[in-house]
Amino acid sequence: MKQNRIGHWIAIILGSLYFVVPLIGTFEFSLRKLRGVYSFEAYRVVLGDPAFQASFLYSVGLACLTIIIGLLLIVPTAYWVQLRLKRLQPFVEFVTLLPLVVPAIVLVFGYLRLYNSSSWLPLTATARGTDILLTFGYVTLALPYMYRSVETGLKSIDVRTLTEAAESLGAGPATILVRIILPNIRSAILSGAFLTFAIVIGEFTFASLLNRPAFGPYLQLIGANRAYEPAALTIMSFAITWACMGIIQVVSRNRAAMRK
Amino acid sequence: MSFIDIRNLKKSFGTNTVVHDFSLSIEKGEFVSFLGPSGCGKTTILRMIAGFELASSGSITIGGKDVTYLPPAKRNVGMVFQAYALFPNLTVAENIGFGLKIAGASQSDINTRVSEMLDMIKLPHLKDRYPYQMSGGQQQRVALARAIAVRPQVLLLDEPLSALDAKIRVSLREEIRALQRQLGITTVFVTHDQEEALSISDRIVVMYEGRANQVGAPFEIYNNPKTRFVASFVGTLNIFEAKITDRARGAVSIDGQTVVTSRDLGDLGNGDTATVALRPEAVRLGTPVEGRNSLAGTIGEVAFLGAVIRIEVKLGESVVSLDIFNDPGLHLPKIGDQATVVFKPEDVLVIDPT
Ligand SMILES: Nc1ncnc2c1ncn2[C@@H]1O[C@H](COP(=O)(O)OP(=O)(O)OP(=O)(O)O)[C@@H](O)[C@H]1O
Ligand SMILES: [Mg+2]
Repeated sequence: MKQNRIGHWIAIILGSLYFVVPLIGTFEFSLRKLRGVYSFEAYRVVLGDPAFQASFLYSVGLACLTIIIGLLLIVPTAYWVQLRLKRLQPFVEFVTLLPLVVPAIVLVFGYLRLYNSSSWLPLTATARGTDILLTFGYVTLALPYMYRSVETGLKSIDVRTLTEAAESLGAGPATILVRIILPNIRSAILSGAFLTFAIVIGEFTFASLLNRPAFGPYLQLIGANRAYEPAALTIMSFAITWACMGIIQVVSRNRAAMRK
Repeated sequence: MSFIDIRNLKKSFGTNTVVHDFSLSIEKGEFVSFLGPSGCGKTTILRMIAGFELASSGSITIGGKDVTYLPPAKRNVGMVFQAYALFPNLTVAENIGFGLKIAGASQSDINTRVSEMLDMIKLPHLKDRYPYQMSGGQQQRVALARAIAVRPQVLLLDEPLSALDAKIRVSLREEIRALQRQLGITTVFVTHDQEEALSISDRIVVMYEGRANQVGAPFEIYNNPKTRFVASFVGTLNIFEAKITDRARGAVSIDGQTVVTSRDLGDLGNGDTATVALRPEAVRLGTPVEGRNSLAGTIGEVAFLGAVIRIEVKLGESVVSLDIFNDPGLHLPKIGDQATVVFKPEDVLVIDPT
């Protein structure tokens, strides 16, 4: 028994070292921009770089748009499937998983073929058009995560009975969705939204091949040309992702507490 | 014309027909229960009245208006579900006021009506609670208030008590009945508990495999079951296959002993087999009496059930169960004792064998 427990601890410590040591190393390295002293100079440089600000804001904007469009698309669909089209559930799940199976590079080449400047819908002809294409591409990329979250939320409530109770009180579908369903799956929606945010902020392939000034390509550019700044950016990216995950945790814990 | 008119209602899911040619008229203010075993189609009919399922054929009229194909939101029918169906994100007061808000009532009207409803269900102190902060019984009362708040034409309840424990079940069913009387609201109540149905209904519809087997007042259903199914489902009944020996006199033979019934034997003749039934409480242990039936046998089982004691008497092939009231001075028979059971000719019910 005792032997066993020591084994567990060794496994946990080895696992943690595997993740933590490179992070500590990176963090330590990111502090060494000024010779001989530890400083946050690399962070100051990165945060002061106009290209950083522009690309970060651009990606945050795209992430928000992606979340809004994704939710508008996914919430009613998942609700309807759960309520009336239970038979289609396996099929819908399969479709939502496709973006995980098809590599991003394949997707983006498909988009370029379909929407290039000499196609029937020349989205890539203008910067705005390309932004739209990129956003919809991100909606596709985020689909598996967003759909999964929303679906889990819907499964945790009795969608059918709640809908019928509201219907018998005279409510229409839009009212039911907004007043009853949405508030009850709020934490699921938020976790879907934060996952999407984390995905979009770091995405490289789409943005790079569509040639848009997003945060992912900026990270890559800095990484190729500077020494200390990429380390600082890596640490900042981790911080953002952790913040998202932390918020998901807090939100779902509140929810769980409310249920009890 | 009745308030609710259900005509030749039929419902199939794919090739599976679960409601066959169901017709029923319900008067305004009446309390009707659908009673039947699991899967007999009670919920399905209720859901068609509410509009959650569409009839495959037939029609439903409420208050003179054909609602067969009307969506639920347009029917003004209140529904209480078996599962707790309160909106988890709304407080008790908001739950009760939901329908009024949808209907566009002013906030002051909503507040007035909500406190009226809260007083009615005797829970005014819980108005700001969320559903998860209440017991099952309290939740069902709020669900009832929520359904009634919009003044529906019809109230539908689908086994609203089945998730509650026995004591609350009894007290809440009496409350529901009292409220229903007070408000005069036409109510359809679904249950598979015969005692529940018998105790609160004006009329009971006993259902079997998607059909109404018998419709009548509780007294009628209990005392004059028409079919073998009704007889066995509503209360515990002794059922025998009896050969008719003298139709003119109403004499039949049960395990070789003759019994007389004063009930109508229908179109059966001498030599035919009739299905007859005896209620346990109509039978006594004793000695043969002139003008009564008696059957001789041996005691097979004595079961103490609290207020009553159920005794089984074996008569060759068949068994008669009988109930006697508990009494501390009682002399209980022992298993294997010789015994005679006595009962009146009018207690020998003749029923349809199905
Ligand atoms: N949506 C559906 N699709 C297919 N079959 C269904 C559907 N709803 C009900 N049924 C079938 O219809 C029959 C009657 O169901 P219903 O729910 O009306 O029974 P019930 O009398 O309410 O039973 P219980 O007492 O168990 O609630 C059952 O055999 C059930 O399997
Ligand atoms: Mg049912």
